[in-house]
Amino acid sequence: MTSTGTPSASWEDLVAMALLGTDRRTPSGVAPGRSASSALLDAAAAETVRRRAGLRPGRAAPRPEPAPEDPRPALPAAAARRLARLLADRPGTGGGGRRGTAPDLMELLPQWLAAANARGFAPPAAALPALLDSARGRTDLRPAALEFAGPRGLWLARLNPDWRFALRSTPGGGTSLPGPEEAGRIGKLWQEGLFAERVALLAGIRSRDPDAARALLESTWPTERAEDRLMFLDSLRTGLGPRDEPFLEQALADRSRNVRSTAAELLSALPGSALAARMAVRAAACVAVDHMRDTPTVLVEAPHECDAGMERDGVVPKAPPGRGERSWWLGQLVDSAPLGSWPARLGGRTPAEILALPVADDWAGELHAAWCRAAVRQRDAGWSRALLGVPSAPEAGGPGAVSLAERAKLLGTLPAGERADWVAGFIATHGLSEAFQLLGVCAVPWAAPLGRAVLDALNIARDAGSYPWSFSGVMGLAERCLDPAEAARLDGLLAVPEEPEDASPGAGGYWAEAFQRLGTTLRLRAVMSEELGAAGNAAG
Amino acid sequence: MTQQGVRWTTDQVLALAPDATSRKAGSKLGAAGPWSGTGSSEEGAVWGLCRSSGSGPYRTVVDVADASGPAYTCSCPSRKSPCKHALGLLLLWSGGEGAVRARAEAHAPDWAERWLAARRGRTRGEEGAAAEGSGAGSADPEAARRRAERRAERITVGAAELEQRLADLLRSGLATAGREGYGLWEETAARMVDAQAPGLAARVRELGALAGSGPGWPVRLLEECALLHLLDQGWLHREHLPAALAATVRTRVGLTRPPDGPPLRDDWLVLAQYDVSDPKLTTRRIWLHGVASDRTALVLSYGPAGRAPDLNLPVGLALDAEVSAYSGAGQRRAALGEQFGPPVPTAVRPAGVTTAEAAARYGSALRDDPWLESVPVTLDGVVPTPDGASWQLADADGDTALPLTPSATARPGLWRLVALSGGGPVTVFGECGHRGFTPLTAWPPGPAEAVPLC
Repeated sequence: MTSTGTPSASWEDLVAMALLGTDRRTPSGVAPGRSASSALLDAAAAETVRRRAGLRPGRAAPRPEPAPEDPRPALPAAAARRLARLLADRPGTGGGGRRGTAPDLMELLPQWLAAANARGFAPPAAALPALLDSARGRTDLRPAALEFAGPRGLWLARLNPDWRFALRSTPGGGTSLPGPEEAGRIGKLWQEGLFAERVALLAGIRSRDPDAARALLESTWPTERAEDRLMFLDSLRTGLGPRDEPFLEQALADRSRNVRSTAAELLSALPGSALAARMAVRAAACVAVDHMRDTPTVLVEAPHECDAGMERDGVVPKAPPGRGERSWWLGQLVDSAPLGSWPARLGGRTPAEILALPVADDWAGELHAAWCRAAVRQRDAGWSRALLGVPSAPEAGGPGAVSLAERAKLLGTLPAGERADWVAGFIATHGLSEAFQLLGVCAVPWAAPLGRAVLDALNIARDAGSYPWSFSGVMGLAERCLDPAEAARLDGLLAVPEEPEDASPGAGGYWAEAFQRLGTTLRLRAVMSEELGAAGNAAG
Repeated sequence: MTQQGVRWTTDQVLALAPDATSRKAGSKLGAAGPWSGTGSSEEGAVWGLCRSSGSGPYRTVVDVADASGPAYTCSCPSRKSPCKHALGLLLLWSGGEGAVRARAEAHAPDWAERWLAARRGRTRGEEGAAAEGSGAGSADPEAARRRAERRAERITVGAAELEQRLADLLRSGLATAGREGYGLWEETAARMVDAQAPGLAARVRELGALAGSGPGWPVRLLEECALLHLLDQGWLHREHLPAALAATVRTRVGLTRPPDGPPLRDDWLVLAQYDVSDPKLTTRRIWLHGVASDRTALVLSYGPAGRAPDLNLPVGLALDAEVSAYSGAGQRRAALGEQFGPPVPTAVRPAGVTTAEAAARYGSALRDDPWLESVPVTLDGVVPTPDGASWQLADADGDTALPLTPSATARPGLWRLVALSGGGPVTVFGECGHRGFTPLTAWPPGPAEAVPLC
C-alpha cells in the first residue's frame, strides 16, 4: 500500500532522529533531555496513526492470464470429499509404525486418479495445490495427477516454482501439445524447445502420427548431439513399423555406438526388416538339427568371429567380463533373428517342439535365453507361451525362462486373461514367495481365478504359521489389485484362529489384522468407485 | 432441519484434531472397517465401537449437538481430545458411510446414553451455577472496587516505568536497540506482567523481536514504540479521554471486562476460523457475520498449547445465536451467548467492497482504536495477482490492489486462493491492516461453497 498526504519527509526525519538518539539530534524547538525524546515519541505516534489512516491501495500489477476453461464436468460432492481425504494422508504427516487395520489411503490415490480420469471429471479448484504437492513428491503419480489437474492445474503450476515439474512433463511449458494443423508451432518448438519439451513433443506426435514424428526427427537428425539422438531414437519404439526401416538402416551407420545398437535392436523387432533377414541367415548358420543321433538334437556352432557386417548390424564385439566371446556373439545373433524363421530351419517343428529338443554341448541355456529375449522384443505370444511352459511345472520354469524377471517379461506379451491364468496356476503350485514380480504384470483388478489363487495362498501361508509381513509385498498388491467383489470371500479369514503349536507366536492376530485391512481397503475401493461412477445417475 | 443437513465436511472434522498426528490417525479410522454398532441420533449424538488391539472394542461417543463445540468420550487410553477414534467416527459420520445415519427411531446403546444423559444434565447444571456465580461475584462490590483500584495503581507504576524506558531508548537511539538484543525487552516485559498489564507486556515482547528484523526495521520499531507510548499516555490520562476511548485503552492495556453489550440475536454466518499458537496458549479466532444486522464480530476461544480450543464453528455455516459485544470503541470482540440451533448450511455471503473502500475502512477504524492492526473486510471481485515475489488482490474493474501480508504470502492457503480464482475475480474475506491483507476465506463466482484459506 502507499501513503498519501503530506510529504513523508517529516516522518523520515523522525526515523533518522530516533535511530541516532535525541542526545545527538534534537527536534527543533525542544531542549535536549527527556522532554526531547518524549516530544519525538509524541510526534512519531501522531505520524504513525496518520500514516496508517492514510493508507490507500497501491497500483495493481499486470493481472495473470485467466486459466483456460476446463470443459470437464465437476467431481461429484462425495468424490470431492474422498479426494480431500486421500490427499490429506500424506507421508510424513505423523504416525508411522505398524499399519494396523486401516487402509493405506496414499496407495489408493493412483487408482482413484485413474478412475476419475477415465470418467473425465474436473477436480475442485481448491484441491489443486494438494494434488500438485502430492505429484511433486511422487513421480509415479505425475502423469495421472497432471491429467486430472487439467488446464487449471498447469496454469497454477506456472505460478509456483515448487510445481515446475508439471511444466517439464508437458511440452510447451504447460500449453497443450500443438495439433497436427499447427505445423508452425511444431516446427518452432522442435527447433527452439528445451530437450525435455522436444522429447515430449516427439512422443506426442509419434503416438498420433508415427510417420510425421519420424520425418520431424529426420529433419534435424544430423545436427543433434549423440545423447539426444539416442533419446529421440528411443521414442520411435512407440508405433514402430516397417516404414521406419530406411531411417533405422541409415542410423546403423551412426557415429555413436549406442545409437547404432539401439537402431539395430529396433530393426530386429521388425521381423520383416532387412536386418532381421541378415540376422536370420547368420543365426541359421549356427543352429541346426542333427538327425544322425538316436533322438534329434539341436547342434550349435557359435560364430568364430564378429565380422564387420555383424558389427554394423549392432552386434557388440566385446564380451562382458566372464563370458566367452563366441557365446556372446551367438546370443546376439539369435535374439535378433526373427522367431518366425526357426520352424522352417528346424524341421517344421512348432516352438514347443523346438524347445523340447535336447541341445548338444550345454548350449541349451544360452540358446533358450536368447529366444526369450527375442520373444519379448518381437512380442511373440506363441513363443512366449512355449518358453513359459505350464505354470505347474517343477522348478516353476518353462524350458527357457530361467529367471523371474524373464518370466514376467514373457508374460507381458500374452493377453491379459491368459496372463492371469498362468500366474494363478503358478501361485497354486509354488505359493507366493516368488509371485510378487509376476503379479506386478497382471491387469488390475485381478481376474477372479487369480484373485482366488492369491487369497488361497495367503490362507495357506497363515495356516503354515508364518508372519504376515513376510508377505507384505503381496498383501499390499492385493489391497490395490484384488477385485472389490472378492471382499466377501475374506469374511472367513478375519477370525483369529487357534494357534498351531509350531506357529510363530501371535501370528494369528497379525494375520487377522492384515486380512481386516485387506477387507477394509477393498470395501473402500468399492465405495470410491461408486462415488465416482454413481455421478451420472445422481446428476440425472 | 434434518441431521443430514448439518452433517459436517471432512475439513470441518479434521479441524477438530489437536495435532497432525491425530489428524492422520483419525483419517485412517474414518472408514467402515474397524467400526461396528455405529449410529447417530437426531439429537446430534454419534456413537460406535472401534476394534482395538486389546481385549474389547473402544466405545466412542460424540455429542455434536452442542453448538459451543462437540464433546467426546472414548474408552481408549489416549489423553488427546478428541482422540483418533472420535475423529474417525466423525469422519465416518461426515462421509455418510455405513450405518452412521440418523434414524428417527435410533436409540443410543446404554453405554452411550449414560454419558449423554450425564453430560446434558451437567450442561444444564453449569448454566445454573454460572448464573449463581455471577450473583456471588457482585456480592461485595466494595471489595471488588478496592481490588480494581490496587491493580490500576500497579499498572500506572508500570506504565510510568515503561515511559521512562522508551524515553531512554529514544535518547540513546534505536540503533542501540539492536545491540542490546532480546534480554532487555524480556526483562521489561516481565516487569509489565508484574504490573498486571498483560497488554503492555505483549507489546514490549514484540518490540524485542522487531529490532534488526530485516529491511525497514527502524521504521517498524519506531512505529511500535510510538504506539506503545501513546497507550501509556492514554492510560496515564484516561480520566481525560472520552468514555469509549478510555474503555479501549483499558482493554489494550490488558484489563478485560466481561462482555456488557446487549445480546444481539441474528443468523451468524461463520466467516473464518483459525488458530494462533504461542508456547502456552492456542487462541482460536472466529469471525462471525450477522446476516440481518450486518455486523462482524470476533469470538475467541482458548485452549492450552497442543490442544484444540473447545469452540469449533464450521466455516460457511450459519448459526442462530445471541452475541454480546465487549465494551470499547470500535471493539469487534464479542462473546457467543445462547444458541438456538445447530449451525446450518446457508447460501448467504457477506456483501463485499472494493480495495479502496477496504483501506478506507481500516483508516476510519483507527479513529476509535489507533492501536488496531487490521479490520475484517470482505473484498468483492478481486483477482489474486503476482507482484514480484509477493502477491496482491487487485480489483477486477480498476487499477488498484491491496498487497497480501508477507505471512499470508508464505501460507499454503494462498495457493488455494489462486487455484480458486484461476485468474478471475473471487470474493475474499480477510483482515485488512497496515501490513496488507490476510485472506481467510474465499468464495468462487457462482453458488459454490466457502473455501477456508487458513
